[in-house]
Formats: sequence, structure tokens, C-alpha cells
Amino acid sequence: MPAGGAEGAESGEAADGGKAATRPVATLPELVTERSVVVCCGSGGVGKTTVSATIALAAARAGRRSCVVTVDPARRLADALGVESLPNTPSEVQGDWPGHLYALMLDSKGTFDDLVQRYARTPEQAESILGNRLYQNLAGALSGTQEYMAMEKLYELVHSEEFDIVVVDTPPTRNALDLLDAPRRLTRFLENRLFRALLVPTRMSLRAVGVATQALLRTISKVAGAEIVQDVVGFFQAFEGMEDGFRSRASAVHELLADPATAYVLVTSARPDAITEAGFFAGKLAERDVAVAALVVNRIAPSFGDAESESPSGAPDLAALEANLAALDARAEREEGAFSGLAAQVAPAPVGRIPLFGDDVHELLGLQRAADQLFR
Amino acid sequence: MDVGTFCAQSHVLVIAGKGGVGKTTMSAALAKMAAGAGKSVLIVELEGKSGITAAFGRHGDLGYEEVLLAPAGPGGGGSVRARRLTPDDALVEYLEDHGLKRVSKRLARSGILDVVSTAIPGIRDVLVLGKVKQLERDRAADLILVDAPATGHAITFLTSASGMVSAARGGPLRTQAQDVVELLNDPARCRVLLVTLPEELPVSETIESAFTLEDKAGVQLGPVIVNACDPEPVGLERPAAEVAAAAGLTVAPEHLAALEDARTFRLARHTVSAEQIERLRRDLPLPHLLVPALDAEAIGPAETEVLAAALADAVAALVDEGAS
Repeated sequence: MPAGGAEGAESGEAADGGKAATRPVATLPELVTERSVVVCCGSGGVGKTTVSATIALAAARAGRRSCVVTVDPARRLADALGVESLPNTPSEVQGDWPGHLYALMLDSKGTFDDLVQRYARTPEQAESILGNRLYQNLAGALSGTQEYMAMEKLYELVHSEEFDIVVVDTPPTRNALDLLDAPRRLTRFLENRLFRALLVPTRMSLRAVGVATQALLRTISKVAGAEIVQDVVGFFQAFEGMEDGFRSRASAVHELLADPATAYVLVTSARPDAITEAGFFAGKLAERDVAVAALVVNRIAPSFGDAESESPSGAPDLAALEANLAALDARAEREEGAFSGLAAQVAPAPVGRIPLFGDDVHELLGLQRAADQLFR
Repeated sequence: MDVGTFCAQSHVLVIAGKGGVGKTTMSAALAKMAAGAGKSVLIVELEGKSGITAAFGRHGDLGYEEVLLAPAGPGGGGSVRARRLTPDDALVEYLEDHGLKRVSKRLARSGILDVVSTAIPGIRDVLVLGKVKQLERDRAADLILVDAPATGHAITFLTSASGMVSAARGGPLRTQAQDVVELLNDPARCRVLLVTLPEELPVSETIESAFTLEDKAGVQLGPVIVNACDPEPVGLERPAAEVAAAAGLTVAPEHLAALEDARTFRLARHTVSAEQIERLRRDLPLPHLLVPALDAEAIGPAETEVLAAALADAVAALVDEGAS
């Protein structure tokens, strides 16, 4: 199935020549004791934020300095962790563990602003970019920007050397390539050839660009209005000279994503559609030779019977209780069966399970309970 | 309410909700239900996911070309067709319709769409909804079901047109946005059905997004679909040990413990979902369609049939707006 036009062109660019560097962990605890970067990915609504926080908590309990980066704009994680807010810098979560746990909530726009300030040649250049309307839309509108900023923040935290392990929760992305290609996609945007052509000579003169380019520009003006073209040209002019800085940063981020110390944890729920989506995601990762380090199945139905348990008593008084037990056990077994194909697909990656609990606890206690089950 | 009447209330139903609540499955079940009431249905998938084809026993992802998922039945049942609709597809078609066929492919390919859509946030959504509007105008089917993106994005998706209109940029795009706003604001043409699960986070998000959608996008919301509701626990009132003792039965302690754990788990989960359904009723003045949880490994044609029947029952139990 060919992808849409723009994506089609993109997937033509292969990842760096098959360096299969990422690898599965041998056991789940290795995730928190051995690895330094954990990327939790998967489709929306499966509990990636919770799983990320659970892994980071387990690392702190194992004595490491751990930090979780969340992209979920809801205050849920902040509430669960009992911190006032999680701005773009790490705040420490207080708790009774030998290591340290920090958390931060990604501010995509703020992270981008920091990057611009870092690579601008002069404060004036930074100012003119930050004030440009196209730039202001960039963080919200260019698909993949939030993904890239999550990865950029990850890179920054890893290189701050303040943490032994950084766990990053990713935006709900259907296609793994959106995540892996995000750095490249942004630089591609910034290097858009048409607009580079426009910048030579500096004063925009349509006569200096080719006939085809003129036609495209006229099309854009006609469909979208002339001021759009002005915004765009202004942006690319302001950005001139910063591309190299951005490009080398993007490739450094890209290298981090392919580093052997980086673990990709695929998160799914036991719902059939979520499992299908996770399989699709794993397939896309495999296309780029990215190994799934571990599979985590969240909210899986618990099993109550044990193999030793005697068969139902057959007493009519107990019939409803027996039927309930049998139904729940059948559901647990069915769910276990439902992701066996996915587990085989990502093998030898270990499979972790966080059960569905009787009640829903969202505070730290809930995370501790989840960590107990996941790493038991 | 009669299912046929329900399906005839709006030409377009946008199915929206948080990720993982079963929007695609519910789209399939609604399509099946409407087809059963004699309506022809077109499902518009915005990401081309395979879930919808699997729900009708087909394989593979959807493409730009329409596919027939279920033919019209002999007993007067309607057909179900489906297609994918991405911003790139919609842009190429838009340009072709505006006499720019020659540049359209190149424009979509060159990455300029990225630049333009960053300069005009919402252009992608307006293009896609503009195409939906066109399908609606052409009466491409009796009922058009749009399987919308996950809620966060669904709000952006449905509000982008009014944003573009108020930004007052001229040209054909503004006209397009204006047409989309008209579609969204006319309940006889379009309504939004929110799908949720009887759990805390999905319910909270549903309540928030319902108000945002009505206020910002000006859309009318139809009934909320509460998917995967567990059945009412029956005969689990008394602890297992008590029941066994009262009946004078001797049960192995491990088995008795398993019975009791399963009992308390079921009751606890039921309490959680009952509380959440109650909260939804209290905080969101919309009717509800409760759909049972299925004990199924995957959603295939048989499961879709069961869900469609459950939806039809729930619709039948709705009070007619005129009668209330």
C-alpha cells in the first residue's frame, strides 16, 4: 500500500545502513538496572504515561537517579506523583526509595525556543525567529515536531549526566516511523529546497527563481493568500545560517535513538484493537532494524484459579460464584492468548504484565503497585 | 426510537473519543446497524487503519479508492462501503477540482504541504472535512460515518474550520472553511457521537471534550456510546465462605479463596464502572448507548453483528426527542 505523497518521498530515505544496534533486554529488571534510555511507545489510550512512570519509579527503587519525561498534557502524572507541576525542568518526587526520582512534563514549544536560542548567531536572530508567525505555529502544527521535541529533551537530559536513566513517554503515534524520523523531518522542513532557492538573492525576486517554482508559489498565494507566502519567506530568511547547528543536533539525537543503551518498550493493552496497533508499530520498528527491548501489556485481566485448584463443586448454591470465577479465568486466558502472536513477533523481548486491579488508584501508590507486578 | 429514524437524523456522524476506546469498532457496529435498517453507509477512515476491514471479515488497510465491505442484503439491508481520506489525498483532489491538476501531485510530494500547513494550522483538517462535505452534498451514501482521530486531535480537527474563518484570510480556502463550518453547525447534516469506556480517565476526557466541542466547534452531540460495559453481577452478594457454610458444603480452602477473590474483583470493577456511568449521566446531559464488553479475541464479522444488535437495542430504548 503506497503511502500518501509526502510520506512516500520520505520513506525513500533509508535509515543509516542497517546498523542494528538496539537490542532486547534479557529480563525485565535489566531495563531499570542496566539501561540508560527507555523510550515507551505505542498507540494512544494504552497507558504509556503510567508505564513510563512505573519504570522510572522502579529504577529509583533500584537505587538509580531516574527521570521520567511525559508528554501527556493532563495533570494526571503530576497529581499521581504528588508534585505541584511538572514544567520543562525536572522536579524531584519525594518518596521512600534508595535512588532519586524526577519527573518533567514536556513543553514542546519551550524546548523548541531553547533550541533556537542555542543555535542563533545573535540575540536579534533568535528574537526575529521567535516572533515569526510561522515559527509560532511550528510546534503545534508540523506533524512530528512534538515527537522530535520529546527526543530532543531526552537527549538534553541524557547529556546533562544528572541521571542514570531517562524514561520518555512518547506522543500517541500510530506509525513508529513518525517517531524515528522526527528529527529528520524537521531538518527536511528547514532545508526545504524551494524556499532555499527563494533566499538567493536575499531580497526576494521572483525573477531569480525557476518557472516551476514561480508556478508553485503562485498556486500557494492563490489558494492560501499572499500573506502566507510572506510569513514563510520571512521565516526562512530569519532562519538562515542556523541550519547547520540544527542539522548536527538532529543527527546527534538520531544517533542516541539508535544507541545500544536505548531500549524501546512497546506498550499495549490487552484489547484486540490495541494489540493489532502494537503489531503494526512493531512491524514499522523492525523496518528500521530497531529491536523492541520489552513488551509491556497493561491492564491485563487477572487470573484467580490456580492449576492445583479443584474442579467446581457443582453445588447449586455456589453456581453463580463458580460461573464468575470460570468467566474471569477464561478472560485471563483469552487475553494471554490474544497477544501471544505479538509476543512472538517481538521475541526474544521479554513480556511484562501489569494487571487490571479491582480499583483504579492513580496516586503514587498505584504506580508502586504496578511496579511490584511488572518487575516481580 | 426507531433505528431508521435515528440513522436518518443526520447525514454525517463523526465518531470521536480518546484513543483505545473502540472508535473503529463502534463505527463498524453503527454501520452494520444502519445497513440493517436499510441505509447505505460509507465509512470514512482518516488513517486507513485495518480495524474496520477486519470487522467486516476483510483484510488489509483501506486506500483512497472505496471498497465494498458488505453488499446490500436481500432483505432490504443497505450496503457498507469504506475508504481512506488523508490530507494529502484531499489536497491533490482539491487542487484538481480547482484547475491545478498539473501542479497538484508535485505540490503534495515536494514537502511544501508541510510548509504551507504550518503557516496555516488547520489546513489539513479543513481539506479533509471539505471532502467530507463534498461527499455529503453528493449524497455518496444515506449515512456517512467519519472515524475521527483521538480526542485531543479531534477537537483541533473539528474546530480548525471556524478558526480559519475567523482568521479572515481570503481566497477559496476561506470559502471551503465556511462550507465546513456550515456542515458542522447543522445537526440535520452532521452530529458527533463520542465513544468512551466506563472508566475514570476516558469519562473525564469525554465530559471535557463534549463541552469544548459544543462551545468551540458548534457541533451538536448525539448520544454518548459507552463501550465495553461489564454485565450486572448476579448472585455475588454474599461472600463465598458464607454461601458454602450456609449450604453445609466443604470446599477446599484454595478454591474458596479463588471464588472469593474473583467475586470481590468483579464487584469492585462493577462499582468502578457504575460510578463512572453515573458520573457521565450527572455531568453530561446527553443520552447514552451502553454497549456490552465482548468476550472475544478479535473483532470480526460475528462480533460486529453482536455489537450492532446491542447498539440497535440501545437506540430503540432512546426516548424520541419529539415525545419528551
